[in-house]
Amino acid sequence: MNETSEHTDLNRREFLTRSAATAGVALAPGVMLYSVAQARPADEPVSSAVRWGLLIDTNKCASGCSDCVSACERENGWGSGSTDETHSDAAQKAQWIRKVEVKNTETGHAFTLPMMCQHCENPPCADVCPTGASFRRDDGIVLVDKHICIGCRYCMMACPYKARSFVHETLTDQKPYAPRGKGTVEACTLCVHRVDAGDSPACVEACTAENHNAMLFGDLNDPASPIAKTVATYATTQIRADLNLNPGVRYQGI
Amino acid sequence: MKHITYRELPGRSGYYGLLGALALVVLMGFGAFLYMEHHGHYVTGMNNQVVWGTPHVFAVFLIVAASGVLNMASIGSVFGKSMYKPLGRMAGLLAITLLMGGLTVLVLDLGHPDRLIVAMTHYNFKSIFAWNIFLYTGFMAIVAVYLWSMMERRMNPYSKPMGFIAFVWRLMLTTGTGSIFGFLVARQGYDAAVMAPMFIAMSFSFGLAIFLLVLRAMEGGFGWELGGMALKRYKNLLGVFIAATLYFVALMHLTNLYATEHHGVEAFILMNGGIYTFLFWVVFVLVGSLLPLGLLYHPATGGSRTWITAASVLVLVGALALVYVIIIGGQAYPLVLFPGMEVSSSFNDGVVNSYAPSLPEVVLGVGGIALALALAMVAMRVLRFIPETMSDEAMQQYLEASKH
Repeated sequence: MNETSEHTDLNRREFLTRSAATAGVALAPGVMLYSVAQARPADEPVSSAVRWGLLIDTNKCASGCSDCVSACERENGWGSGSTDETHSDAAQKAQWIRKVEVKNTETGHAFTLPMMCQHCENPPCADVCPTGASFRRDDGIVLVDKHICIGCRYCMMACPYKARSFVHETLTDQKPYAPRGKGTVEACTLCVHRVDAGDSPACVEACTAENHNAMLFGDLNDPASPIAKTVATYATTQIRADLNLNPGVRYQGI
Repeated sequence: MKHITYRELPGRSGYYGLLGALALVVLMGFGAFLYMEHHGHYVTGMNNQVVWGTPHVFAVFLIVAASGVLNMASIGSVFGKSMYKPLGRMAGLLAITLLMGGLTVLVLDLGHPDRLIVAMTHYNFKSIFAWNIFLYTGFMAIVAVYLWSMMERRMNPYSKPMGFIAFVWRLMLTTGTGSIFGFLVARQGYDAAVMAPMFIAMSFSFGLAIFLLVLRAMEGGFGWELGGMALKRYKNLLGVFIAATLYFVALMHLTNLYATEHHGVEAFILMNGGIYTFLFWVVFVLVGSLLPLGLLYHPATGGSRTWITAASVLVLVGALALVYVIIIGGQAYPLVLFPGMEVSSSFNDGVVNSYAPSLPEVVLGVGGIALALALAMVAMRVLRFIPETMSDEAMQQYLEASKH
């Protein structure tokens, strides 16, 4: 009886162990995937249910700090993040993101902010592009198709934010996920390669890593997201709001 | 001369000398293109602030002039003015070749001229650029048929309706060219609907000035005769067109001056913009408009062929200055991101953008002008574009005959 009982107990123990292991194997990927739950499967089209946005708090953005700019250069392989563009002068070199110092000369109030492609809902660059190379994805990210860009630069004339750059020379040192090329126009992609993988843009990651927390990235269409909650609670500003372009990048404190 | 008889350009040594010289300039322009294409745009004066440079000045100048030069044909065919009819063929031809010259410059300045086929196969119809591709190619096709209707006797009955279609099309074309700038909502120097009619007025003036110079060159080159009667009408018309251009330019600036938000850009162009202020007031207004107006209408100079030629040259100098101020000056003034605020950055925010034309850009632009003239010369050599004579006597007979 004892033997039987012991055998039964062993069986039960074994059963519980195995069950736990099985449950663990089954749940682990789920737990791991939970952190990248926002990632869109590669075979699924981009959906307009999502509107990627960026909220920049200028109160937390320090003058002289350019961590976001450096991170973008490293991530996307331009500026100091690349050995290219040795022939172009300062005004000809590409700048995907820049720090702008703003001062109200009447009151003396000054602030600083990062300026990049504002990922407009109604982008003037895409309106004027003759070939359709400039386009807006359904999730709000504005991109340039480097294969059909003819380098006419009309988008650069049309952009109110001077967010775009033209490549003035041959490039060799590029990142595979951020293609660039002589004679085409480029700009901030909102780190589309990272966003599609469920990460946030490199600038946001750098700002958060340095504990500045001036940049918040997320889905403006998801009422539960921190960015949607913040824009619903606090006053935020769109730059050149008079143009009614509804940029995906918003600012606080200006 | 009851009927106009037409002839080809005589193939004298002077003809081949001039054609050779033009071909050389075209070759230099092509060399400049290869140089810029090989290295990239860093060898030009253009940058990420002033993205359209001197090639665009020449291209827009030529495209605007192309639509304007057709006017000489339209006045004859559409408005029935006999004094202009003999020149209809030449006007149509020059319209096509000037447009070809301008488009060549425009295309060769693209970042990817090798992708011209992409521009022909991918269209975004919200873009005025895409529309212009159809307006430009359509213009060449329509004017070609118009020329056919003028030059082929059996097609003559169609010359009036074709002339009308070409006239309407050219108005649309210049509207499209002006709207490239008029539709730019973001920039202080542009974003004005008046730019479309302003470009039409400019085209009348630029086109006629070029046409008068071509006529004067034919007089000097091979003794072709242009009577004072016809010349007087043409030069008076040029005066009207110069005044019309001044009117629209003044209107655009006055409208801007009324709006406080535009005071910055207006002060830049009109008062403290350095080279742009100089080009606007001295070169365009004074040398390119008021001086030629005086020369064309003053009794002492208005009857002189030399002074009429000089006035036409001055109009074209002023024309290039005006287009330069519009295109380069409009970009040199910084974008206004924060109205009323002082801004600075590593990307030239808040400062006047610098631009200096580089040699290859100028050579490419001049090459476009040479290409337009060379193509016209070749066509005039092989086909009969030129009326035998436009002497006063012949024109008198022709006018009498056309009354009956």
